[in-house]
Amino acid sequence: MGQTMIEKIIGAHTSESVHPGKTVWMEIDVRSARDFGGANVVKNFQTHYPGEIVDDVKKTFFTFDCVVPANTIPYASNQQTCRDFAKDQGIKLYDVDAGIGSHVDIEEGLALPGGVIVGTDSHLNIMGAVGAFGQGMGDQDIAFAFKAGKTWFEVPPTMKVTIKGDLPENCTAKDLTLEVVRVLGSKGALGRAVEFYGDAIDKLSLPGRITLASMATEMGAITGLLPPNQEVIDYCTQRADGRSVRPYYADEDANYVKELTIDISELTPRIASPPKPDNVSPVSDLANQTIDGVFIGSCTNGSYKDISEVAKFVKGKKVFPGVMAKVVPATREIYGKLLGEGHIQTLYDSGFIVSNPGCGGCASGQIGMTGKGEVQVSTSNRNFTGKQGAGDTYLASPMTAAASAILGRIGTASEVV
Amino acid sequence: MPSTKFKGRAWVILDEQGEIIDDIDTDMIFHNSYLAITEIEKMGQYTFDNLEGYKDFAQKAKPGDLVFVGANFGSGSSRQQAVGCFRSLGVSCIVANSYGAIYKRNAINSGFPILTIKDINFTDPNEPGMIKSGDELEIDLEKATIHRDGLQVGTLEPFSKVQKDIYMAGDIFEYAKEL
Repeated sequence: MGQTMIEKIIGAHTSESVHPGKTVWMEIDVRSARDFGGANVVKNFQTHYPGEIVDDVKKTFFTFDCVVPANTIPYASNQQTCRDFAKDQGIKLYDVDAGIGSHVDIEEGLALPGGVIVGTDSHLNIMGAVGAFGQGMGDQDIAFAFKAGKTWFEVPPTMKVTIKGDLPENCTAKDLTLEVVRVLGSKGALGRAVEFYGDAIDKLSLPGRITLASMATEMGAITGLLPPNQEVIDYCTQRADGRSVRPYYADEDANYVKELTIDISELTPRIASPPKPDNVSPVSDLANQTIDGVFIGSCTNGSYKDISEVAKFVKGKKVFPGVMAKVVPATREIYGKLLGEGHIQTLYDSGFIVSNPGCGGCASGQIGMTGKGEVQVSTSNRNFTGKQGAGDTYLASPMTAAASAILGRIGTASEVV
Repeated sequence: MPSTKFKGRAWVILDEQGEIIDDIDTDMIFHNSYLAITEIEKMGQYTFDNLEGYKDFAQKAKPGDLVFVGANFGSGSSRQQAVGCFRSLGVSCIVANSYGAIYKRNAINSGFPILTIKDINFTDPNEPGMIKSGDELEIDLEKATIHRDGLQVGTLEPFSKVQKDIYMAGDIFEYAKEL
């Protein structure tokens, strides 16, 4: 019997036989904690392993991204707790300037195709973008992984989603992603791994892959995996610091619990209305909705591609009076590239606020939250009640968010003259 | 040895239409504005304070209570506090149709019993055995059953082996010592 991608990846990290439903002990290549949950990881580690050291300091990391720099004393104290622990143990820490941990993991070559990466970030399944298995975990799980270097894992069944047709020119990877979330719903892939196939998937660039993989969480999936293409393999190889890059692909006779085809040839820009990510409709259905702000960034849409395309689109145009337009690059590397290419100047001239890298709008980050009654278009991944503040959050692509910022209402790029 | 039988008062988490609520995410259970909290004693007071209709849950909950919810409970973030807050209040266990993947691990690893529903009637008063808030129920983990006044009113999925082993050991840390 052939194996799916997740079965092969797990199989490469355990000596046990692997099949869906079986619990195996799995070696972990990267064990990380953020400022979110990080202090609790340290507390759990120190409680259960007093005076002991982590399993492998070269595989253990802290990545600060949630509230960077800290804007409350408790957050600042939690970050300091992590810094002190990291210093004691000799653990590498990506501090408040570095950006979103999952993106840093890929940029720094820590997350490679075929790898297993765990951390206190529920969107760590972003690693599916490079054909790696990323898994968000709580702070006890991660404290245990810091010490043991491995953990138990129940091998999930895999479902196969084939995307049929080419992505229309006015649509982006986010529109494709929202369409998949709409079709699957919040529980459509619950407890499963999802593999994505089709011409449109093959052609997706790494940032687009990140967008799709990041929202596997919102489909209920354990992880969403995209078979790495040459661009991904080349990118990761360049950053692997000499380590070999070994992608895993599903066997032809792999066993899927469910197969589904989604046709995107007639897709139009999509938007998810509050309070659920799967509450998806065409952007045109909401054209009368006025807005108070936009947030362009997050692990889902904070890439150089996302933000540079927005900058090129808004060049010479102005943000609608009274609209707060916030841009947060995912990482310091992206920020530097945007700066070097003049895109930050363009965004500034158009009336955007550009902040330092990090998670930004999600989880009370550095660019603040929405107030009661405030309507925001966000490029992030969750619009749950209260998640990005007390207001209403709509999820859309960076292009739709940028167009909405200029129109002062929800709208698509094609409506902007 | 952790208890395998619980007796307590039921909370059936229904919406305004009387349906069991699905997709209760971690921001509804324990909002992100309290994430800097690391002490378990302080977590309980914020339980469900962003869940419409249950914002006073923490004031009304009593140790030993049993909480019944719908599908995909605890979807969303990796925050352990969303499990810790129930422990903090002394809630005995959670019973749901299904769980978010990370939530499930967090509960299992911390030795907090979460149970999956096989067959329970929450909504049809014409059928026997409807469970409602305030009922005094008995849950038997080993038999995977729910009883009220000596009569069986529900069946549950049995614990998986790893869940049972970790639960009996206390938590993931204690369990790993036995390996």
